[in-house]
Amino acid sequence: MFTVRIAETGESFQCSPTQSVLEGMVQIGRRGIPQGCRGGGCGVCKIEVVAGLFAHKAMSRSHITEEDQREGRVLACRIFPVSDLELRVLGNMKRSLGKQ
Amino acid sequence: MAMTGVLRPGHAQIRVLDLEEGVRHYRDVMGLVETGRDAQGRVYLKCWDERDHNSVILRQAESAGLDFFGFKVLDKETLDKLDADLQAYGLKTERIPAGEMLETGERVRFLLPSGHFIELYSEKTTVGNGCGLVNPAPWSQESERGIGPVRLDHALLYGPNVAEVQKIFTDVLGFFLVERVLNPEGNANLAIWLSCSHKVHDIAFAEYPEPGKLHHCSFLMETWEEVLRAGDIMSMNKVPVDIGPTRHGVTRGCTIYAWDPSGNRFETFMGGYQPYPDYKEPLTWTFDNFGQGLDYPQRKLHETFMTVVS
Repeated sequence: MFTVRIAETGESFQCSPTQSVLEGMVQIGRRGIPQGCRGGGCGVCKIEVVAGLFAHKAMSRSHITEEDQREGRVLACRIFPVSDLELRVLGNMKRSLGKQ
Repeated sequence: MAMTGVLRPGHAQIRVLDLEEGVRHYRDVMGLVETGRDAQGRVYLKCWDERDHNSVILRQAESAGLDFFGFKVLDKETLDKLDADLQAYGLKTERIPAGEMLETGERVRFLLPSGHFIELYSEKTTVGNGCGLVNPAPWSQESERGIGPVRLDHALLYGPNVAEVQKIFTDVLGFFLVERVLNPEGNANLAIWLSCSHKVHDIAFAEYPEPGKLHHCSFLMETWEEVLRAGDIMSMNKVPVDIGPTRHGVTRGCTIYAWDPSGNRFETFMGGYQPYPDYKEPLTWTFDNFGQGLDYPQRKLHETFMTVVS
């Protein structure tokens, strides 16, 4: 189990290496976590990993450009922690997590 | 013969991020029959009861979504006539040679103002449904594998210029408008359900700012029991479900929406009713009743329906 911390809210959750960061995040029980297709195709769960290591599966280039990927902007449904992570929320995710 | 012109949806080429994951989903979980692979690496599948060689083609790509959606037309003369009619209407068409897709004849491809490529073709090799043509059995081993839908039934596509798209389908391709959802102002259609047959929809469109988006490809089940069983199979295989099992108000279809492993939504559904082309007025849903249109029992306009596409 690794600890994943959301920079904006200071919340953290436990996530196993076989569980996507989105699945882990949903377990906090916060309302409005945008769960879209959960297959890397729709782009609603875009986040930025600011610290830590992760493995990933293919993500649609319509939503994650090569530059995005180099800079740690990824889809939460397609990444799996390999260490503790710190992430920032983007786009749809920011709108829903911004509501306290 | 009552059915002429455009007969039915014939194929959808779907982009997947990982080919083998896609094949496992469509072949092993959905239970489609794999019928071939081509030199480009595309995988061809069909639903068990479809007689033509293929209806779902998977192509590995860097983004998910729909490459094109094809309709089978009655014969070569119809194909040539519709090609000429589309051009006379002002659309540019392209001829794709026979054999570019396995076991498929020449195709006429054109781009809709919604950003979707639509194809027409008249020839595809008949491979049958496995039950034979003489004293056939009602079903076969193929129909009992996975979810096992009987056919690719329709697709819902999201993009701009729905009014223009409606005109092309009704004025040039001979479809009729079965149902529609009005925009909040009540002065234009936000979503349209079009038929070229006796079905409640052969294709549907909804207004969306980004062009060329796939909302879902839909697969027909024979009974509500089978739709519920499809839901069980989805859960057993951890297929992410979006909405349902429930009933749509629009079309009265009983449905589950879920996603393939690349985030392309698909539907397993049954039911509806049988509209005729002489029905003068489409059924109309006002925007404030869109929730019932989408999910009749729950009366809920699920957010994902409006925002999640590939």
